[in-house]
Amino acid sequence: MVRYLGRRVLQLIPVFVGATLLIYAMVFAMPGDPIAAMGGDRGLSPAVAEQIRAQYNLDKPFFVQYLLFLKGIFTLDFGVSFSGQPIMEVVAAAYPVTLKLALMALVIETVFGVFFGLIAGLRKGKFFDASLLFVSLIVIAAPTFVIGFLMQFLVGVKWQLLPATVGTDHSVKALLMPAIVLGAVSFAYVLRLTRTSVAENLSADHVRTATAKGLPRSRVVSVHVLRNSLIPVVTYLGADLGALMGGAIVTESIFNIKGVGGTLYGAIIRGEPATVVSFVTILVIVYLIGNLIVDLLYAVLDPRIRYV
Amino acid sequence: MSEQSTISPRVGQEHFVADPALTPLAVVDKVDETERPTNLWRDAWHDVRRRPMFWFSAVLILLVLVIAAFPGLFTKTDPMFCDLSKSLGDPAAGHPFGFDRQGCDVYSRVIYGARASITVGLVTTIAVVLIGGIVGALAGFYGGWFDSVLSRMTDIFFAIPLVLAAIVVGQVFREGGVWRVIAVLAVFGWPQVARITRGAVMSVKNNDFITAAKSLGVSRGQALLKHVVPNAIAPVIVVATVSLGTFIVAEATLSFLGLGLPGSVLSWGAEISKAQVSLRTQPMILFYPSAALALTVLSFIMMGDVVRDALDPKARKR
Repeated sequence: MVRYLGRRVLQLIPVFVGATLLIYAMVFAMPGDPIAAMGGDRGLSPAVAEQIRAQYNLDKPFFVQYLLFLKGIFTLDFGVSFSGQPIMEVVAAAYPVTLKLALMALVIETVFGVFFGLIAGLRKGKFFDASLLFVSLIVIAAPTFVIGFLMQFLVGVKWQLLPATVGTDHSVKALLMPAIVLGAVSFAYVLRLTRTSVAENLSADHVRTATAKGLPRSRVVSVHVLRNSLIPVVTYLGADLGALMGGAIVTESIFNIKGVGGTLYGAIIRGEPATVVSFVTILVIVYLIGNLIVDLLYAVLDPRIRYV
Repeated sequence: MSEQSTISPRVGQEHFVADPALTPLAVVDKVDETERPTNLWRDAWHDVRRRPMFWFSAVLILLVLVIAAFPGLFTKTDPMFCDLSKSLGDPAAGHPFGFDRQGCDVYSRVIYGARASITVGLVTTIAVVLIGGIVGALAGFYGGWFDSVLSRMTDIFFAIPLVLAAIVVGQVFREGGVWRVIAVLAVFGWPQVARITRGAVMSVKNNDFITAAKSLGVSRGQALLKHVVPNAIAPVIVVATVSLGTFIVAEATLSFLGLGLPGSVLSWGAEISKAQVSLRTQPMILFYPSAALALTVLSFIMMGDVVRDALDPKARKR
């Protein structure tokens, strides 16, 4: 187990370095000179511009900048944004909201996806199954922002059941509708995954054995079918947490949430390489850790897998 | 009736031979040996053409392709001709979907918007299958350190969320219109295909027929191209069909964020994004391009589902 964990963590290192380097290189290549833009129409005097460049390490070669940035990550010092705010503060303001939103979406999609997926899988080919599949197809086919607009218009404005925008109120109630919108597409995928997996497991030998030895159906379904069916679902969910946080950018712009998406979007438009790279790096870390946890969860769900 | 047994029965043990017509052997006898041997693809086609979902999605896909290729066949109205006096106007004769905020005909804009979405979806999918297919096949077939390097490379591109990457790249390359969007989606969309292809190739390459081909003197490269790839391509086709739909959605999302196609290009994403402003007064303007987009994506996903069921012998048995 420990050896397996060590190998997995070692495997993460090239992926982490590669992904951050890629983002860094892309941000580095962004057109325009943000330092010149800071001066406005009049422009900065060359000496001041030089000084600011030195302050943000922009005078150094690309790889030195990248290494300084890596050093900053491991000392939890992301530097200062162009507006003078420590990036760590910006991160601390934006991440908790998005994390809460993503976790809420994850819970919603898991609970409803697994529940309806289980029912559909147990009744494969019946009317209820077909209608659930059709609903999931529509949810996948409609872009998130269309679902978002419609929900905001109907639930928030017309029926006034939930707040239409979030703003500074980050309570569960305010974030409920955005979380549903954010988790909608993943809900459809979880439903379909669970359904296929449950239907497949129902005809597995160990399930027939369990039924044959006289276990009640509820126990066969909950222990022998569901537990085994959850393996592909857990894989999906692990990768999905990162995707939800990265994909929240659309949902956040619809519901006016001051989270990762909005901050990141602004930083990209203003051309603030340090902020952009810091935010994306944290997203990549979340994604990698999510996948790692999933791999370790396998052993819990599937006794056939043992790590040596 | 029954054939004479060559073994003479022992005393007291009369041989009972069933009428062949009553035994399971009858099925074997009925097999027409002159019939062409079936394969996965013919089986799949046989399977698929009896499913209504296949015909429904096939007709829809065909219709959208024709609309994208020849929009002029479906409307005579110029989508760029707008009359502000008709702003947010209700449907009228010759304008079945009404008018948008600028007073443009919504129907003709939906028809002309198909081309951009379909182009992005089709070309991106082809690019993604080529990149991901080659990387995945090489990694899965050759294995070892080569596989490790390619797999880690796949992980790197997989770890960066698609929308974020697209926003950053969109800032770097501001020019290029449709091709820029295609390039962004392709560069960050291939890892999924690569993973699927790698898995499929790995499960095929240890089959007996590959060993047989190799022992007959077929080179490694030939074995990969002629024997492994044709047998591993089924799951790749399925994932390609489904991702075609997701790329169309991704393009719309980028256009919604203002980072997709330039304003001069008509697309469903841009239309939806513009209609958002008028949602509270004229929600139908948002509905039409959204419905067009959703129907198109739906038909590709349904096609992927049907093809998956047909190509999966395990699912067919049940």
